[in-house]
Amino acid sequence: MRPRSSTGTTGTTRTATITRPVVASLAVLAVAVLTACGAKVDAAGGGASSSAAAGCVDTSGDAVKVGFLNSLSGTMAISEQTVHDSLQLAADEINADGGVLGKQLEIVSEDGQSEPTVFAEKASKLITSDCVAAVFGGWTSASRKAMLPVFEANDSLLFYPVQYEGLESSENIFYTGATTNQQIVPALDYLAEQGAKSLFLVGSDYVFPRTANKIINAYAAAHDIEIVGEEYAPLGHTDFSTIVNKVKAADADAVFNTLNGDSNVAFFKEYNNAGLSADDMPVVSVSIAEEEVGGIGVDNIEGQLTAWNYYQTVDSPENDAFVKAFKAEYGEDRPTSDPMEAAYTSLYLWRAMVEKAESFDVADVQEAADGVTFDAPEGTVVVDGDNHHVAKTALIGRIGDDGLIHTEWSSQEPIEPDPFLEGYDWAEDLS
Amino acid sequence: METLLSQLFAGLSLGSVLLLAALGLALTFGQMGVINMAHGEFMMAGAYTAFVIQGLLGDPGASLLVSLPLGFLVGGALGLLLEATLIHRMYRRPLDTLLVTWGVALVLQQVARDVFGAPNVDVAAPGWLSGAVTVGGLALPKTRLFILALAVVCIVALALVLRATPLGRRIRAVVQHRDLAEASGISSRATDRLTFFIGSGLAGVAGVALTLLGSVGPTLGTSYIVDAFLVVVAGGIGQIKGTVIAATALGLLQSFFEFSTTASVAKVLVFVVIVAFLQVRPQGLVSVRTRSLA
Amino acid sequence: MTGRTSTLTARLAVLARPGRARALAGFGLAAVLLMAVAPVLLSPFRLGLLGKFLCLAMVAVGIGLAWGRGGLLTLGQGVYFGLGAYLMAMHLKLADAGPGGVPDFMLLYGTGEVPGWWEPLRSPVVALALVVLVPAALAAVLGWAVFTRRVRGAYFAILSQALAAAFAILLIGQQQTTGGTNGLNGFRSFFGYDLADPVNQRMLYLIAAGVLIVMVVVARQLMVSRFGEVLVAVRDQEDRVRFLGYDPAAVKTAVYVVAAVMAAVGGALFVPIVGIISPADVGVVPSIGFLVGVAIGGRATLLGPVLGSVAVSWAQTTMSEQFPSGWIYLQGALFILVVAFLPGGLASLRTTLRRRRRPAREEEPGAPAPVSSDGPPAADLLPEGSRA
Repeated sequence: MRPRSSTGTTGTTRTATITRPVVASLAVLAVAVLTACGAKVDAAGGGASSSAAAGCVDTSGDAVKVGFLNSLSGTMAISEQTVHDSLQLAADEINADGGVLGKQLEIVSEDGQSEPTVFAEKASKLITSDCVAAVFGGWTSASRKAMLPVFEANDSLLFYPVQYEGLESSENIFYTGATTNQQIVPALDYLAEQGAKSLFLVGSDYVFPRTANKIINAYAAAHDIEIVGEEYAPLGHTDFSTIVNKVKAADADAVFNTLNGDSNVAFFKEYNNAGLSADDMPVVSVSIAEEEVGGIGVDNIEGQLTAWNYYQTVDSPENDAFVKAFKAEYGEDRPTSDPMEAAYTSLYLWRAMVEKAESFDVADVQEAADGVTFDAPEGTVVVDGDNHHVAKTALIGRIGDDGLIHTEWSSQEPIEPDPFLEGYDWAEDLS
Repeated sequence: METLLSQLFAGLSLGSVLLLAALGLALTFGQMGVINMAHGEFMMAGAYTAFVIQGLLGDPGASLLVSLPLGFLVGGALGLLLEATLIHRMYRRPLDTLLVTWGVALVLQQVARDVFGAPNVDVAAPGWLSGAVTVGGLALPKTRLFILALAVVCIVALALVLRATPLGRRIRAVVQHRDLAEASGISSRATDRLTFFIGSGLAGVAGVALTLLGSVGPTLGTSYIVDAFLVVVAGGIGQIKGTVIAATALGLLQSFFEFSTTASVAKVLVFVVIVAFLQVRPQGLVSVRTRSLA
Repeated sequence: MTGRTSTLTARLAVLARPGRARALAGFGLAAVLLMAVAPVLLSPFRLGLLGKFLCLAMVAVGIGLAWGRGGLLTLGQGVYFGLGAYLMAMHLKLADAGPGGVPDFMLLYGTGEVPGWWEPLRSPVVALALVVLVPAALAAVLGWAVFTRRVRGAYFAILSQALAAAFAILLIGQQQTTGGTNGLNGFRSFFGYDLADPVNQRMLYLIAAGVLIVMVVVARQLMVSRFGEVLVAVRDQEDRVRFLGYDPAAVKTAVYVVAAVMAAVGGALFVPIVGIISPADVGVVPSIGFLVGVAIGGRATLLGPVLGSVAVSWAQTTMSEQFPSGWIYLQGALFILVVAFLPGGLASLRTTLRRRRRPAREEEPGAPAPVSSDGPPAADLLPEGSRA
């Protein structure tokens, strides 16, 4: 190796002289920037959400823009593509039916890439650059939490179509999926009714399962049910032998499963291989819909239970029409599921709100929301103007050998949404 | 006691899965210093092979038996293609092969997504593998026993190839001293290709085996690749022995940590153990003495 | 190996060649473009995006130093980016907390009490200090432990990747205190400045731009300093450097710490600009993602990593809107082609072409053509194989 060359040396000294003025000028620049802003400081902690961005929605023409924000790439694309498809279907139907307030819907579609950060960014783009009247989409809790401040800061509307962990109620979000008292609590009621005295909780390690299990623990404490185990697997975890060993050793009356996505497949395969079955230890799942059953394999999951508010097998004229239209558009082999139905419904609910308000303005829509109804495939749903959730009927289903889910038990009538579980004594300490 | 034994089995079983995933990797990394990030995607290709074959044949039992050798060929062919187009140009740049193969992995995943669709698909396990064998009150799932046996078969076969065939002799020679091997008239080029074919083929076999445990999706490989690499690093390169011991040890550690804590914590603990272990043995468990200074 | 060394010095000479005036003009132009032109031309939304890209580019500057110059292929920069980001986010959460001083998500998912290790972050000064000190300390400890044991090359790459995996799992598992997969978001103010105010958003962008320019200056200073030369020497011939009496472990640790700090600062600024940090931004995939721009731009050059990183982020955002799957093919293909055939990145395109036209001008006679299996084209840019 040759020692430092002369060119190298001059290089060093040169930069030393170059950088000094650069750094100095940067420092000056930085100070200038900071002082320039210092004058504009808002009173710190000035709480109220700023009305910084007045809506730029253009309703003058004969079309109005709405945004669809789903993950079309990445790990969540599996699920969110289906929601995207049914949103598209609803939009096509509405446009064929004369649009909203006589205006055709113009869809701006964005890809959330399965990343919360991207969801926040794209939401901001849809609102401030595309000036959409409302945004439909999101799936994971993380994506919703990421978008929430964006919608609040810009005072815009998000329609979120997936069942979730509750404990939230934003002026700027309409939740058309179930909150906990419309899915988890009825499932627990059902299990208690069936005489379950002990439960084992299995979930993926993220917000929904952890919050759901917190609620289940509170419910169990008040209803004399013993929680004999609580296990979390990292998202995407595929080796369930240890967890299934624990489940087997605990020998509970039922398993409450909040696993997400692929993990379900590995879990159920392991579950069967360990000699466990729906007969001796049923598993109630809250994240497995028709779409997922195929991927898990009907053999592996037949006879197990699910809790939702809609199944493809729901018997109603509205559902027949929805299923038929969906299959005609996307193929006979495509099933319909709860989140798809909730997404489909969300677009119609927005239309009903806008037409009731006779305005696309966010404040007018919020004002008009209370009591808006839609004869959805799942049955008639009603919007609660206070908490922005929707009254829904809870359905416990059993997975059949045809790969579809058949209603086993129903709450008979729509359950009023109660995201903070204020109407339940046992849930006092939860929020 | 019973739980202890069933955990022991779970650990061994996980170890056998890790071993299947890491075996091919250890071979290519050991011989060529090539870090093939697309190894996981070769596993995915093997898994989709099983899916396609099952679609064609219908019978799960027959298709599993057909898929195993076919998965080997599919994985191997992909490996050969990768070697011939990209990797052979970069043998002296091992870190760059890591990046290039990562790019390949990215593309392969998207190909799978476009060809087979984003939703995961299921490959049914044959009837003779459903349920469990009960040994002294201990239920041992048959699929896991099958994978354990498959791993053993793969190791034995690989060991035989390496020890008892001319090809194996050539491979070992190249591992120990590439230049000297070349000077002795061994075509390192041809040897490299064959090694890569075998290594990638093993990934395909692993992929077929994984369909027995979980579903098949575009990201199947990514969930195993980090663990597989850790096995290779901890085991040391150049000898199968190290890989076998490391895979078993990591499997056992993971499942015992998981049993006493949680799956997430267990993963972190395993990582800590590996870093600590590399402090003691930077070259891994077993390393071939080379004339390198390190 | 004199050929390698001489190209090395030649390259350094190239770096130093632009005279004082040109360098000043270059920096000046970049500063004006970033600090004066962009804020005027771009809408607040696009400006925010650019700010985000600049934060990611800060990570790239560090990677350029550690990998391009030092040969340390770190697949775990997401860890340091994440540490900086999370520390900043924790401070912002505490500062925003209502009465009782408990961040909102802890009331929802946690025990409703702030854990002890969060408390120091209440103070803005401590928070800012920790943003730099914690990643630096972690990098120093890990780096020292690993490098003194001569874990290198691929082993180091794989360990750093596992580190990223472990870090993300750890964050997700501690939902009560880290927000789990949700991460931390919903910040309202930044050291007392309202984040919803467009003026303050622009201020944040300007801070990011200024910090990035400072980092580039620091990187340049390091590259042409004595340290920079030893660093390149360690990359190319670690053993010889050791024989000369230097401690390669110390050199590597130092550059690893510098890269970690740059990533952490990028993360800390990412938080108020983007408004969220989650484990999805710090795990294995984003950690490798940081490398894409660096490799494409030119790992061993001064500006290559920055420009490459910004270009890739920009392309990702705009192209994925139109064709999500096409973008993945394009990104993958570009990455493969550049790393395989143009290891110096696009920055070396001109040199490579020139060399092809006039081969062996600076190299020894019979030097290999740029693309060849048995001799790396731009040997001065590349780490030596693990086969010593």
